[in-house]
Amino acid sequence: MNFFEKMFAIDRRWVYLALGLAILISLLIPFSIPIPISEEAQNIYDYVDQLEPGQAIHLALDYDPSTLAELHPMTLAILKQCFANDVDVVITALHQFGPGMAAAAIDTAVARHDELTGEQMESGEDYVFLGYKPYPALIILGMGQNYRIPFPADYYGVMLDSLPMMQDIQNYDDVEAIINVSGTSATDWWIAYGQGRYNVPLAIGVTGVMATDYYPYLQTGQIFGILGGLKGAAEYETLVGTPGKAVDGMKVQIVAHLIIILFIVIGNIGYFSTRKRRGGAV
Amino acid sequence: MKRQIPLTIIFILGLFMVFQYFVPHETSEFLYEFIALDWPPIIGVFALALGIISLVRVSIKRVRTRDENWQYALVTLIGLAAMLTAGLPWFGGQTSPVVQWQFDFIMRPITATMFSLLAFFIASAAYRAFRARSVLATLLLLSAVIVMIRFFPMGPFTEPAAATADWVLNYPNLAAKRAILIGVGLGIVSTALKIILGVERSYMGRD
Repeated sequence: MNFFEKMFAIDRRWVYLALGLAILISLLIPFSIPIPISEEAQNIYDYVDQLEPGQAIHLALDYDPSTLAELHPMTLAILKQCFANDVDVVITALHQFGPGMAAAAIDTAVARHDELTGEQMESGEDYVFLGYKPYPALIILGMGQNYRIPFPADYYGVMLDSLPMMQDIQNYDDVEAIINVSGTSATDWWIAYGQGRYNVPLAIGVTGVMATDYYPYLQTGQIFGILGGLKGAAEYETLVGTPGKAVDGMKVQIVAHLIIILFIVIGNIGYFSTRKRRGGAV
Repeated sequence: MKRQIPLTIIFILGLFMVFQYFVPHETSEFLYEFIALDWPPIIGVFALALGIISLVRVSIKRVRTRDENWQYALVTLIGLAAMLTAGLPWFGGQTSPVVQWQFDFIMRPITATMFSLLAFFIASAAYRAFRARSVLATLLLLSAVIVMIRFFPMGPFTEPAAATADWVLNYPNLAAKRAILIGVGLGIVSTALKIILGVERSYMGRD
């Protein structure tokens, strides 16, 4: 097997090794990259930023640990902005693994806010975590009528009517927007049943592979912003002024993409150099 | 009767769901709450019980007969029992620290690791698949590279690269996605109509 034939048929284990090393090295070596802010991320930031203290948004966290790297930093950055601006947050998790993710995100965001400002955010006053209920489409429609229909009590078992923050919040009419952070098809239900049925302003944060699916909704105005994958999370972290895991992750992602492009180029050189010998076979 | 009763139920409830979506009257909201919000979870609980019983029976049988990879069945049973026990009301229910611990230190690392492995498979697949074998394959290859390099800091080329990637996402990608979405939407409407009107009956089985 000559050099070009080797380029054409590199064993996949070499690809794995090269990618693994590239990820490891880029994690160890400190360097920075610019994070340009897209219009669709800026829209979400601006929308939340112009809310008055005491106004509320609904943060729908529908993801599981598999998409944690991309979506968790988005959640933390959005919560940070809401807590800093004194915007009330209604939180739901309509994925079966969602409550664990949401509870962890709330704990982290509350602790960080406390650390930064010395102000303790309280459940029931500054945020309300409603938890999980099965059948997302039905729950989304139900909350549009009244949050108390699917969720008479919050995640911790406290009745909604007894929570100060929920006194003025009955349904989507009383929240300024819904931001859905999702790694599942729940986003489709929020678009169809949340925005479509109740006309509530909706923005989404989704994984990188999902993002392209939702650009048509951005163009039609059904959603007012998209945070797409790690890039979207890094943009929001930059916007709220606390570069974190997403910004760090972007460095790794760029190096990983570089390695993938390198292998694509090698594969194509090998392909064209050995095509005649292989009799034009693919 | 065996066919007509389910067909009638589907027809009435199907029409009701369409009606209540477009008519937000108190009565339709009350009926929606009663029919759509209360019933499915009740049915779901029975389906869940059925699933758990079936899983336990199959797993116990595999452990007893020492089938191939019976150890996995044992792990399944232990995991099921541990999660179920920790979530019981006497141990604090869904908010119990034990449930959160199991989620944070077992479920989270396992799921995140499984998904992270995809990066390696994608790299290997990209190396093999993105080859300029034809005009269409070349277009796919170029699009992939353009979208991947849009985040690269490349000095004076950064902005043109990002603009090109945005063009790929906002025009060819958007057109294709919109066509697919409209097609899927029309498909869903026609299938729903076929089910409501009793034309599509495969959900009832063969009897």
